[in-house]
Formats: sequence, C-alpha cells, structure tokens
Amino acid sequence: MPERRNFSIIAHIDHGKSTLADRLIQHSGIIADRNFRDQILDGLDLERERGITIKSQSINLPFTSRDGREFELNLIDTPGHVDFTYEVSRALASCEGVLLLVDATQGVQAQTLANLYLAMEHDLEIIPVINKIDLPSADIDMARAQIERDLGLDGENALLVSGKTGAGVEELLEAIVERIPPPKGENTDPLQALIFDAHYDPFRGAVASVRLFSGEIKAGDLMRPMAVGKAYKVEEVGVFRIIREPRPILRAGDVGYIIAGIKSVADTRVGDTITMDNNPAPKAMHGFRESKPVVFSSLYPVASDDYENLADSLERYKLNDASLVYTKDSSAALGQGFRCGFLGLLHLEIVQERLEREFDQSLILTAPSVIYRFTMEDGRTLEVDNPAHYPDPAAIRRGEEPYIRASILTPDRYMGSIMKLCLERRGVNSEIAYPSPGRMDIQFDLPLAEVIFDFYDRLKSITQGYGSFDYELLEYREGDLVKLDILVNGEKVDALSMVVHKDRARARALNACERLKDEIPRQQYKVAIQGAIGGNIIARETISAFRKDVTAKCYGGDISRKRKLLEKQKAGKKRMKMVGDIEIPQSAFIAVLKTSDDE
Amino acid sequence: MDANPNDNGDGFGQAPGLYVHVPFCATKCPYCAFASCTRIESAPAFRDAVLAEAARYRNRFSPFDTLYFGGGTPGFVDPAILGDIVHKLRNILAFKPDCEATIEVNPADVTADRAAAWHDMGFCRASLGAQAFDDDALRFLGRRHDASGVSEALLRLRHAGFVDIGIDLIYGLPGQTREAWRSTLRRALDAGPTHLSCYALSVEPRTPLARAVRRREAELPGESAVAALFLDTSRFLAKAGFIHYEVSNYALLDRYRSRHNVKYWRSVPTLGLGPSAHSFDGTRRWWNVRSLEAYLRRSQARISPVAASERLTDEMRRLETLAMGFRTREGVSLDVLRDGPAAEAALSRLVADGRLKIQRNRAVPTTTGFLVADSLARTFA
Ligand SMILES: Nc1nc2c(ncn2[C@@H]2O[C@H](COP(=O)(O)OP(=O)(O)OP(=O)(O)O)[C@@H](O)[C@H]2O)c(=O)[nH]1
Ligand code: SF4
Ligand SMILES: [Mg+2]
Repeated sequence: MPERRNFSIIAHIDHGKSTLADRLIQHSGIIADRNFRDQILDGLDLERERGITIKSQSINLPFTSRDGREFELNLIDTPGHVDFTYEVSRALASCEGVLLLVDATQGVQAQTLANLYLAMEHDLEIIPVINKIDLPSADIDMARAQIERDLGLDGENALLVSGKTGAGVEELLEAIVERIPPPKGENTDPLQALIFDAHYDPFRGAVASVRLFSGEIKAGDLMRPMAVGKAYKVEEVGVFRIIREPRPILRAGDVGYIIAGIKSVADTRVGDTITMDNNPAPKAMHGFRESKPVVFSSLYPVASDDYENLADSLERYKLNDASLVYTKDSSAALGQGFRCGFLGLLHLEIVQERLEREFDQSLILTAPSVIYRFTMEDGRTLEVDNPAHYPDPAAIRRGEEPYIRASILTPDRYMGSIMKLCLERRGVNSEIAYPSPGRMDIQFDLPLAEVIFDFYDRLKSITQGYGSFDYELLEYREGDLVKLDILVNGEKVDALSMVVHKDRARARALNACERLKDEIPRQQYKVAIQGAIGGNIIARETISAFRKDVTAKCYGGDISRKRKLLEKQKAGKKRMKMVGDIEIPQSAFIAVLKTSDDE
Repeated sequence: MDANPNDNGDGFGQAPGLYVHVPFCATKCPYCAFASCTRIESAPAFRDAVLAEAARYRNRFSPFDTLYFGGGTPGFVDPAILGDIVHKLRNILAFKPDCEATIEVNPADVTADRAAAWHDMGFCRASLGAQAFDDDALRFLGRRHDASGVSEALLRLRHAGFVDIGIDLIYGLPGQTREAWRSTLRRALDAGPTHLSCYALSVEPRTPLARAVRRREAELPGESAVAALFLDTSRFLAKAGFIHYEVSNYALLDRYRSRHNVKYWRSVPTLGLGPSAHSFDGTRRWWNVRSLEAYLRRSQARISPVAASERLTDEMRRLETLAMGFRTREGVSLDVLRDGPAAEAALSRLVADGRLKIQRNRAVPTTTGFLVADSLARTFA
C-alpha cells in the first residue's frame, strides 16, 4: 500500500501557489496534457476571471520517489487573500505539513507571516520554498535572508523552484516525502473523519470533504455526523482528482470525500466529525473557530416572493463557505432578507457574485457596515453592525469605530490623488516609503467604514488599475458617529440608512441623493429625495414629474406593440421596490453604494 | 360576444370595423414610418391581392359598420381602381346600412373629379392630411401641397358633398412658436372641419427625420415646450367647441368622433386588409407582412399574408385596456386597475394631482392626465 503525505501550499496572495500546484499535478501524470489548463485547481468561474484562489481545493496525487517508494500525496491549494484566511486554517487541519511559498521578487509579505503562524499553531512541518526563480528580478539571497530573519526558518535549506518552468519540482517532491511526517492514526480505532469542507451536489446531496484521523469508512457503512445524532448510510467514498474518483475504502490518514445522500444541508457541518453509528469514537475532533466577520450588509431578494428561495440558496452556499454568517433581517422597503457578516470586502463581493451566478439569485445589498461601539450614558456598551439598531443619540456618551492600517502600492505619479482620497476618507498618520524607483508605498490609518464604502473602486480608477491595496486591522478609535437617513417623499427608506462620521455625513448624503435622483425614474408627480440626521435635512434633490409621457398616435397596429411594452415594464416592476407610492428600482440601492466619479 | 365593458352606450356599437391599408404615396415624407411606397404601378396588383385577401374572411366577421381606407395615401390611387376595390368588397364582405366610410386624402390629390368619385363610391367621411397651414412648416414636413392648397382641397370636398371632414395637423416642429401653431389651428377651424387630429411630431427610428435630428440638422422643441403646446391646443379647441376625446383627437360633436378609430381604443374587433394591416377578432390578433412586395408575392402564391398571430390571455387584454383606456376620455373601469394598497395610493395621488377623475366607477384622465397616459398605464400594469 502506498504511503501517505498530506500538505497544503500556503503563501501571500499571488506568490504562485496554484501555479506550483499545476506542476505537481502534471508531474503525477493524472491529467492528460491536452486536458490541462493553468491554475487547474481554480475551478470557479470567479477564480479564473479574477486570477485568484477563493476556495481551498484538495487533490490526490500518486508519486514514486527516487528510491522507488510509492506515495499518495494529498495536496491542498489555499487562497492567499487575507479575506480567505479561514479557508487556509480549515485546510491546515487535515495536513501534517505545508509548503510556505515566498515569491523571490517580492520576499516575505503580510500573509506569508500570517499563514506561517497558522501553520505553527497546527504544529505542522514547514518547508520554505522560494518561487519564481525564473524571473530576472528574482532576488534569491534577499528571500533567503528574509526567511531567516522575518520567519525564523532555515533559509539556507529553502527549496528553489519555478512554478512556471517546473524547475526544482523533482527536488521539492523528494523533500515533501522526506520531511513531512506520515499521518498517524490506526485503521482499527473507531472512525474519526473531520469535515473540513463541503459542497452541495444537486443529484447526490451534500458532499463532505474529510480527513480521516482514525478508522475506516466504505460504501454501505452506517455513519453518523456527531453533532447531528442521526445515522446515514454511506453511498460512496473516494478522493478528489479534479473530478471525484470513487474508492472502495478510505483509511486513517486519508483525505477524500463521503457521500451519504444527505439532502438536509444542516446535517453536514464543516468542523463536525463523522463516526460509525455502531462503533462511535469517544469524542469529536476539535472543530473550527467561529470566523469573525468585520463587514456587515443585508441581502434582499429583488422580487420579494423569492425570499424562501434565497433562504435555501444561502443555506447551500454556506455549506461551501463556512465563513459566511447570517441571521434573518427585515426592512419596510425591501421586505424579508438576511443580515450577513463577511470577513472583508472581497468576501462580500464574492458571496454576492457566487449567489447570483451559482444559485441564480437577484440580490439587493444594503450599504456595508462595520461594527460600531457605543458607550451609553448609563455605562453600557453596545455593538452595532446594523443602522437599524443605532441607539438613541441623546443617550450616547461615546462612539467608536474600527481602524485599519492601509498600505497602498502605487506608481508615484498618482500620489496626489491618493493622498486626497485618503485624507477625505479621514486618514491619519500617513507614511510614505519608496520600495523601488518610481513606486511608492503609502500608508495610512483609516476608519474601516470609509474603506468599505467605494474606496477600492475609487483607488483603482484613480490609479488606472495600477494601485494595489492591503490592510490590517488596528484598534477601535473614538469618532462622532451619527445615523444618516434617506427619505423619499418624506418616507424613510430604512434600507438606505447608514451610520457615518459627522464630518462625512453631508458628503455622503449629497452623494446618495444625487445617485438616487439618477436612478429613480420620473413619475407623474414630483419626488423629493432628502438626507437627514434626526430631524435635520442636510441634503435634498428633486426629481421633476413627467411633463409628457404619451405617444402621439395609437391605431390598430400599435396595440400589440404597446401592450408588449407594457408587459415588459410590468415585469420590470417586479424588480422595483415601493416606498409609499414611489417605485425605486433595484439599481438605485446599488448606486448609492458608489460615489460619482467627480467626487 | 360579451358586451364590451368599454361601451358607454353612445351608439358606437360592437359591430366590427374594416380597414384597408393602401400603401402608395406620391413621395415619402421625411418623418413617416408607415408602410408605404411610391410604386403606384403596382396598384392593380394590389387591388387583386386585397380582394383575394378579403375572400379569405368571407363569413368570418359579422357585418361591418365602418370602412376605413388609410395608408399611405388612398386618394393618390386611380379612382377607377379604388372604386373597383370598394365595389367588390361590398360583394365579398357584409356591411351594415349605416356604415361609416372614411378615406384618407392628401390636399394635392383632391381634384374636383376625384372628390366627386370618392363620394360616389360611398365615402362619407374624408380625412385630409393637411399637417400645417404655413409654407415653412409644409416644406419642413416635405409635403406636396402649400397652404393655399389645403383650403382649396377643403372647398372641393365640400362641393363634392362631403360634410364630415377631418383635418390632420402636426405640431412641435423646429422653432414653432405658440402663435404660429395657433394661427394654423385658426385656419383649420376656418375651414369648418367636424374633426381634428393634432399630433405632436415624433421622431421615428430609421426615418430621414431621425437622421437629421441625430446630425443636429433639425432641433425639435423640448418635452416641456411640446407639453405646453399640447395643453394650449386642448384649451384653444375646447373654446372653439371641440371635444378632446382622445390624446390627439378632437370632435365637434360626439357623433363626429371617428367611429372606426374608437373601435381600436375599445378593443372592438377589426379586420385589416393590405400590407402591415392588423386584425382582431375578439380573441386573437394577427398582422400581415409589412412590405408591399411580400404581400403581393404571397397573394400570387395563394399564401395567406398573415405574418404572425397571438391569442390574448385575460391579462393581455387587461394590459391593452390600460394602454388604450387612459388615452381616451372614456378612461378605464376601476375593476381593471390592480387592487392593493400601492394601486390605491397611486390612484388617490393621481386624483389629488388632477391627472385622473373618478366618474361612474371609471378612472378618467384629465387633459393633464392625457399628457402622461403611458405612465398611467404603467402605474396600474
Ligand atoms: N514567472 C513566473 N511567474 C509565476 C510563477 N508562479 C506563478 N507565477 C505567476 O504569478 C501569478 C500568480 O500565480 P498564482 O499561481 O495564481 O498565485 P497564487 O499564489 O495561487 O494566488 P492566490 O491564489 O490568489 O493567492 C500568475 O500570473 C502566475 O502566472 C513562476 O514561478 N514564475
Ligand atoms: S403621405 Fe402619409 S403615409 Fe405617405 S409618406 Fe407622407 S406621411 Fe407617410
Ligand atoms: Mg491560487
């Protein structure tokens, strides 16, 4: 029987994890060259479009070492973006070692360190690997020195590879089987299979990705997810080789999947342990820490009668993204929906897009919010992540909001506009460094709330796409926080309310009013759009009524045409939200989340 | 057939109407998007095709009480051919004795002989495509006649025995002042018409006018200027005793309304013959191929000229009632509006704003309601 080695590839974003995984997969020969494509493990459309990994992905590879030993390697490619750290930590729970990649042209970066700490927490064998050595700008000595100094690892023994050319891959494979210890655990002990990921297959039900720490499992067994207390008959077990490959049995140390016809999504929980019904393990494996969301927004279906459908989709989506948290929410304007917590802005964007693409949902998102902290006159502290729960302002003694340290890498010609952007977003403590000629690293302390409001898009447009942005969370700092309401013909549109800093309230209000004016179609009567803090109107726009909205002629031939137009408009109205008797299109709720270009 | 819910007992009954689309014009007007062409030599073939098409509908409609020759310019066709069509249609299809028969004519085609011929064929109503009474406007509109030609045409029609004469006018031309438009209206009124159609010039896609506007060679007045002209027209003609009974149509007395066009607005069945003509039998709508060539080709091959058809569901009919009803002073029955709080709020808002009145359980547009008739329909769709 082949020996096992289980490991993840971890690194800062873009350091080449998925590309190196490609070479390891190709070396194993499990996929014919004509079927191969770059970053083959990035299977989601979104991953391919954006060129980043979002989901951890495991694959089983056969390998024969130089001395003739047979292996099965379980490799997990992980995302590098900070928003998806949760994906990394779950992957690591099923491994004995990691390849810690360092881009030879970039050196050690924020997520290199963060991921190293995660690996250490899991007590894993760490193999430092210097990647992209084919590039002329590769600075191997610098990389080695940083690995020694910043990571405290043995830089001299770091492996040198190029995921692009495949250089060093043979050596790397030998090192993996040499240095990473084989999994422990006895086949004869009671089954303990940790669910570290899952997804929903419309035909087969939930597919659980598992790592077996002890015991065995095969089709026909009666298994039980320990948190559920209900037994299921196993239909199929196997390993991932891009597609699912059934196996007769999974044994202690294996990484693979289990299908047991589980249609109820709640019965497959990431972090749960699967055991045998008739011979259960004494206790479950350590699950995963709850993820801690930092950005909140409410999701509503565009057509209110799609609520049940959205509830269903969220549940299934969550199976594949355990870091999403949500609870029920409701709004007078938008009906029933969900308050969701995200690990960051990119995460929010990805969740929205995946729900729309993979689950065919049409969504309205409300303005993202951070968690604000209020100390009340009576000494209580409140944490508020939803403008609807903003407390009585008269009873607030002090408000606080989270800050981040932002680092913006940009060609130096954009410095002026970036400074302006950061300063108007209440940035402080700026620092500027010149990592290389013509490039600058601009650092700022910024309120997170300002960053989640159309900051990244603005930055991209200011720098014509050349600016990159990274951040880490700092502490909470005091701020004068008010609730801004938007009124349409005097009626408050609850879904458009937001908590903002007092200094920024008027700018935000003007922007929202202007955006709404552009998006709300003219009606038969005048529509007033106002921004207000408490009873104070601080911004106002008016949409004038139609002067004329009628076609001159209408005879026999026009009747079908006019009716068809009306049919289309009626269908469009389903996507409209009524506030009083004013129709507000979905696009208006989205538009207020963006600033206009002439800000 | 069920009683039509829109029938307000004015004697414009449920009998179907017959429309004949005569697709010939002497020249093509730059703003026109109607199916028409200048190949008048095809008139005999057209006659044969229309008669053959009519034969397909023998006994399928109850007797018609309107006949409407539109186009195109029916008056431009040789009266002998026209007379032939009218005469033979009477043998193929059934008509009621009090049938309203209308012919659309252009002033340039109204000679004394032709006017007499049309009257002899049985036409009792003439719709005169005057469009304007000043030469600048007529030139801009690319019409063949001048201002004095309109007055002469009217006289000749009267001499031939036409009493019921309607005049078509277009407003909202580039640079047109309220005064210029009023003087056009005054001259039209001086001619003593029983009916007036006043259309705001609209830019139809793929017309020479659309190209001119795109190239900024023609600049049309803005929405509020056109709205002001619309309201002014309604007030001006009301003072002259005209009833504003549809967005663009005015009648001196109720009985001078176009009985034929009212059928469209009330969803009464109509049969349309000729290229691009639309028909409705109470359940289905169908329409013919648009071009004259295709129409003739099909006829020669003895293939039906119908391009497509559709069966109306209840909801489709409801939408049509909304789309048409708010264009007329008959309005829409309250039962047809959606119920629910949003519709109710909108209705009371529109009444408060003076766009709608509630009369005899119907939502009836006011003149300012006419101005936004399309959005009224949308509101309750
Ligand atoms: N020249 C060169 N380019 C490389 C090498 N490895 C990766 N790249 C390029 O670097 C970019 C990022 O590669 P990926 O493999 O997607 O990086 P990743 O670490 O998986 O990125 P995330 O999953 O988003 O964290 C791509 O454009 C690759 O083509 C290498 O060894 N040499
Ligand atoms: S005469 Fe009438 S149908 Fe003929 S081109 Fe002019 S506007 Fe069109
Ligand atoms: Mg990747």
